[in-house]
Amino acid sequence: MAKLPLEGIRVVDITVIYAGPFATMNLADWGAEVIRVESIKHFQVLTRGGTAHPNQQIVSDPIRTGGIATYCGRDVSFRPWNRWTLFNAHARNKLSCTMDLTQPNGKEMFKRLIATSDVFLESNAPHVKENLGLTYDVLKEINPKLIMLSMPGFGDSGPYKYYRALGVHQEGFIGHTFLRGYPDSDPSTTSTVYHADEAAGATAALAVLMALHYRNRTGKGQHIDMAQAEATMPHLGEAIMDYTMNNRVQESMANRMPGAAPCGCYRCSGEDRWVNITVTSDEEWQGLCRTMGDPEWAKDEKFADSFSREHNQDELDRHIGEWTMQHNHYDLMYMLQKEGVPAGPIIFEDDAYTDPHLKERGFFQELTHEECGTHIYPGLSFKISRVPNSIRRPPVRLGEHNEYVYKELLGVSDEEYRQLEEEGHIGMDFLPEVR
Amino acid sequence: MEQALSDIKVLDLTHHIAGPYCTKLLADYGADVLKIEWPDGGDPARKMGPFLGDEPHPDKSGLFLHLNTSKRGITLNLKTEAGKKIFRELVKGVDILVENFSPRVMPSLWLTYEELEKINPKLVMTSISNFGQSGPYRDFKASELIIYGMGGAMNETGMFDRYPLKKAGSVIQYQVGTMSAFATMIAFFASQAQGSGQHVDMSMFESQMGTIDRRMSHLITYKYNNETSYRPDPELEPPGFPYGIYACKDGFFQLTGGFVFWDRICRMMDMPELLDDPGFSTQEGQRDPENLERFSIIWYPWIAERTKLEIITAGQAAGVLCGPINDPGDLVNDPHWKARGFWEEIEHPVAGKLTYPGAPFKMDETPWRASRPAPRLGEHNAEVYSELGYSGEDLERLREQGVI
Repeated sequence: MAKLPLEGIRVVDITVIYAGPFATMNLADWGAEVIRVESIKHFQVLTRGGTAHPNQQIVSDPIRTGGIATYCGRDVSFRPWNRWTLFNAHARNKLSCTMDLTQPNGKEMFKRLIATSDVFLESNAPHVKENLGLTYDVLKEINPKLIMLSMPGFGDSGPYKYYRALGVHQEGFIGHTFLRGYPDSDPSTTSTVYHADEAAGATAALAVLMALHYRNRTGKGQHIDMAQAEATMPHLGEAIMDYTMNNRVQESMANRMPGAAPCGCYRCSGEDRWVNITVTSDEEWQGLCRTMGDPEWAKDEKFADSFSREHNQDELDRHIGEWTMQHNHYDLMYMLQKEGVPAGPIIFEDDAYTDPHLKERGFFQELTHEECGTHIYPGLSFKISRVPNSIRRPPVRLGEHNEYVYKELLGVSDEEYRQLEEEGHIGMDFLPEVR
Repeated sequence: MEQALSDIKVLDLTHHIAGPYCTKLLADYGADVLKIEWPDGGDPARKMGPFLGDEPHPDKSGLFLHLNTSKRGITLNLKTEAGKKIFRELVKGVDILVENFSPRVMPSLWLTYEELEKINPKLVMTSISNFGQSGPYRDFKASELIIYGMGGAMNETGMFDRYPLKKAGSVIQYQVGTMSAFATMIAFFASQAQGSGQHVDMSMFESQMGTIDRRMSHLITYKYNNETSYRPDPELEPPGFPYGIYACKDGFFQLTGGFVFWDRICRMMDMPELLDDPGFSTQEGQRDPENLERFSIIWYPWIAERTKLEIITAGQAAGVLCGPINDPGDLVNDPHWKARGFWEEIEHPVAGKLTYPGAPFKMDETPWRASRPAPRLGEHNAEVYSELGYSGEDLERLREQGVI
């Protein structure tokens, strides 16, 4: 197998929750040795679970939503932090060691690790690295070639520098929440999305590659100041430019878009199944009419051209919805695409695992995790022709690579290692008193 | 100051949103990006709004202006033999080619990766498409809405008793553009290391399935626990309080409270007397509807007499995860981003001086820079074609033949 492009690059990762871990997942996927540095004395809510020692009764309660925030088998009897789905979504291909950065010897060891590494990523609010004394000014003295990327919500300067926010709160700050609700309801009904997390994560991974390329050329490391919100704002370019050019405040268009009609999400047969249809030309409209069996209503003047269709869209949607209700969501995609109409089902998890396209392209991959067992996981997000690649390691367990990091990378003796275990640096379990 | 990608040359055969955002990211950090447009109208984004002064004009589309900063632009008709010949000459001199046609277009022009790497054996070519370069959906049509429905978390976005909602605007395509820039750089590293070319197959569908957090987590949950995601009913599954988006004196704000952060909520409201109330401070207490009612009597009057700025300032001082629901105008006028110098004034010969979103990240050594405004259609024809050795007369002839 060809060498992966980032082989030989060591990344120290103390990022939390999702945006930062997603950035380092991308680096790990393409060969970087990503070492998560975690602590068995401190629990960051949402990174490896809701609490360090969750209550089995509450986790088992069927009324609570699973999904993004649940445990494998809803079983928390043994090391639940290795069974948390949100963590196991991004933790593939990574290594994990444990170290208490609040103690002087923890800081010392962390600095030794930085000295042997290429990249350091952190995503806490800036007071965390300042309080720990682990700022770029300090670390570049230890490793002048270091690339350090800080990605707090609001960046390393400005009046909100120390504000705390998850991706969902940044979405509110930057206007995304305002722009995507139901047009006939006020913003209090708008449900959560996590676009800022994925936008910031992908952008951070790209930023690291740019800095590595510059370092390859010049030998120089550098610091990157990334406000997660700023990485996301360019994604709202049209709405922002409409304001800066025309002083116009855009509002939510829900599932519609300018110049397209019909453009919406329609109910299908089955429980909570839907199809999306977007028509942007007369040809596609005719294709839609043919697929529907050329119904009488579609011949009305009200739908004769794209202008009229856009202006009578509510009525158009009612007609189409009555037709889609009679069909399966996947069948509608095939029927409509055959007539040249852009359409696709809303894909639920069960659909995804049986989807013929994902299957043929080999998207999913089976992995065995020591504590969760063997399961199929979503795979890599793109392919490169001469770099065959797949997931090499299952989601990493807490402290799984302590021996490697301490003994091989830091040169710690067996005796020191035992000492560090006693001091609460090294372990595979959160200490019992940690909440 | 030198930029991170100053030594990289990119040929940009992209249009609309995902491809141009990919090459914009590279161009704004220093890559020399040459954008090729069809002579007849160019990039369709030029015809998409919002337009400056609502006047449809190819150089006044806010979308196009935003997505094409720092690039040079030429026109070229790839359907003509002369156009193909020029294209091959251009491919020779670049490190990277990015295109986002549907997968049948490049082969129909006889411009497949296999053909192009014969001309430039170290070429990195990134192909961005709806469903990738292979598989049964390869030639299917899609849109922002359709891709989010198929690859994203649309099934759980919105209210349980209403239709699912997509995200705003075209954010999915921007996200794919970002992932494509990452993939392009990864392939460029591989090409440098192996001394061979690389073809990147970027599928919007898989890029959604394989990156976004809720989708990844739910796909794994389904295999772990056989549980499917859905749009929850807040009456059946109360998330705790206060939690979510609320109306206040002058607008809306959002916060994450619940029993876990109850002490911070008490600090925010300056009501220490509520700190030890088990109806509020415990998980069991917060799940009892009677306590929600007791809380509501205190909460709604408190927020009704305060502005979102007052609430957010108090909340952040108390460590509460919270923020305002801003509209795009609030965003542009927000003092924080102004203080950080996020907004960029860029002067365009037709559109004039406008304010644009600036650097997505600040690199200490190698800054972001909009080195030029988005190109006018064919703006750099003379410059680029004379570099290739074409004379003024040649250009005239090519123009008459509809090649440029």
